[in-house]
Amino acid sequence: MKRITANEETCMGCGLCEVHCAVQHSTSGDMVKAYNKEKNRPLSRIRLEVSKPVSFAIQCRHCEHAPCVSACLSGAMTKDEETGLVIHDKDKCIGCWTCILVCPYGALRMDVSGNVVSKCDMCPGLDKPACVEGCPNGALVCKEVKP
Amino acid sequence: MSRYVVVGGSAAGIGAVEAIREMDPTGLITVVSEEPCPAYSRPMISDFVGGKASLQSMLCREDDFWLRKKVQLLAGTKVVSVNPAEQTIRLDNGQSIGYERLLIATGGRPFIPKMDGLGKEGVFTFTTISDAERLAERIERIRGQRAVVVGAGLIGISVTEALVKRGLRVTIVELQNSILSLLLDTKASGIVENTMRNAGVTIIAGQSVQRIVGKPDDENIVGGVVLTDGECILCDLVIIAIGVVPRTEIVSGTQVKINRGIIVDDFMQTNVPNVYASGDVAETFDFIANQNRVLPLWPLAVLEGKVAGYNMTGKKTSYMGGTNMSTLKYFGLPIVSIGIVNPEDETPFEILTKHDSKENLYKKIVLKDNLIVGIILVNDIEKAGVLHYLMKNRVNVRKFKRELISDDFGLAKLPASLRNRICLGYL
Repeated sequence: MKRITANEETCMGCGLCEVHCAVQHSTSGDMVKAYNKEKNRPLSRIRLEVSKPVSFAIQCRHCEHAPCVSACLSGAMTKDEETGLVIHDKDKCIGCWTCILVCPYGALRMDVSGNVVSKCDMCPGLDKPACVEGCPNGALVCKEVKP
Repeated sequence: MSRYVVVGGSAAGIGAVEAIREMDPTGLITVVSEEPCPAYSRPMISDFVGGKASLQSMLCREDDFWLRKKVQLLAGTKVVSVNPAEQTIRLDNGQSIGYERLLIATGGRPFIPKMDGLGKEGVFTFTTISDAERLAERIERIRGQRAVVVGAGLIGISVTEALVKRGLRVTIVELQNSILSLLLDTKASGIVENTMRNAGVTIIAGQSVQRIVGKPDDENIVGGVVLTDGECILCDLVIIAIGVVPRTEIVSGTQVKINRGIIVDDFMQTNVPNVYASGDVAETFDFIANQNRVLPLWPLAVLEGKVAGYNMTGKKTSYMGGTNMSTLKYFGLPIVSIGIVNPEDETPFEILTKHDSKENLYKKIVLKDNLIVGIILVNDIEKAGVLHYLMKNRVNVRKFKRELISDDFGLAKLPASLRNRICLGYL
């Protein structure tokens, strides 16, 4: 299965991954509209971690034995047996934040609504996730890993 | 004869079934649940009462979970006794079922202190969906205006929030001097108290309910409560939410060792061969207290159930342990609490705090010998999991402890070797 990894040696901390992620998950899918016109400012599901000179981006790792899946109180977080992805069902999410409590990557975020969690979905439908495609430095790579 | 028998269809039972099916696709699993509709999320019963959740939305697994897992489900059925010598359980319908491996996942039952007036109409506990349905129905029917909630722990405050959403005036009575005393220190509980008062809740701390009294025109219906100091609070409903005690009764009188809960080892096995226990009924390992104890929390129960399930199939799996931990979102305020957050004697600990009352922000890290043993985060909780990881894996934080409470704390603040270990490893 495919996973995204970040190479902190090549990351320059530009933050474009966050921009591309936010736009990809916005209503319009358009950068200008998403940031200027949409009611809810889009939230990136990838997070740039910076502590100069170190920088890298992190998002859901789609863990094999995902702590968030077993901890989820409502059944919103599930592991897709076919794709191996950790899927989050917004409609089932009750925003109890238990997944945030158990994610060692700190990769889950509160949605702008403050009512549900928001996480990486690996951009279904795209050849390459938007963050990887948009990384100007090749610091984010999407590659096949062994389960 | 069933290869696996699981008593209880909530968190630990669900976890066990999932683990068993992962390892053994065909062995017969029988789940006995006294509830008519198992596999719903008990923590969501307050959302049900508050009108936010329906029974359908509370199902925490696929609708056909039991069918998909090829489970023979006996719902609405009670186990009355266990006979470990014969490896059988007896049901309330008189039937006996043989087992090769048995899991006791009966959970907890609400603790109800002795007081006069418990039998009056309008007194509730709050653990199961049936409790929630009865309470919701009562609210509809009597159009009651005032409720008293006894106990300001996780359950007490979540039912309080639900009742407020339904338009009731709620008074919460707590024996300790502050609310959520097992999860928060006085500063954090003060923040929650303010939030609750702003929502119209009356909080009475340092008191308990002495007795429940009837209405002037009908002695059999709840009309108020009398506190230890003699004050009487008029109300139409009383909800007792003091806590839960392990439901060990089906193995009492057997060889299975019981302390407060059923005693298990790291493999969730009791002292009796082929009998396992998990979840709120069992005493499991607390990695901060460094001993086994009852920790009645949903996420831990699921994990414990999984460990039991694996071991029941023969896949040796040991439990890594858990500790007292919770996330709260009462009245919209996000809070995380893990481990020892409020030590009575602070001498052996080093305590780091940060407080910004304007932002309602509070962080507290309790260290012992440079290891994190306690965490409170109010309003900035997204990095809680990273701190939890450092705590659980006993990472020495001496070199970067000041960063732990900084606004921009995250993986980048950790030393390279540690960072790489976390980032490059997949769980």
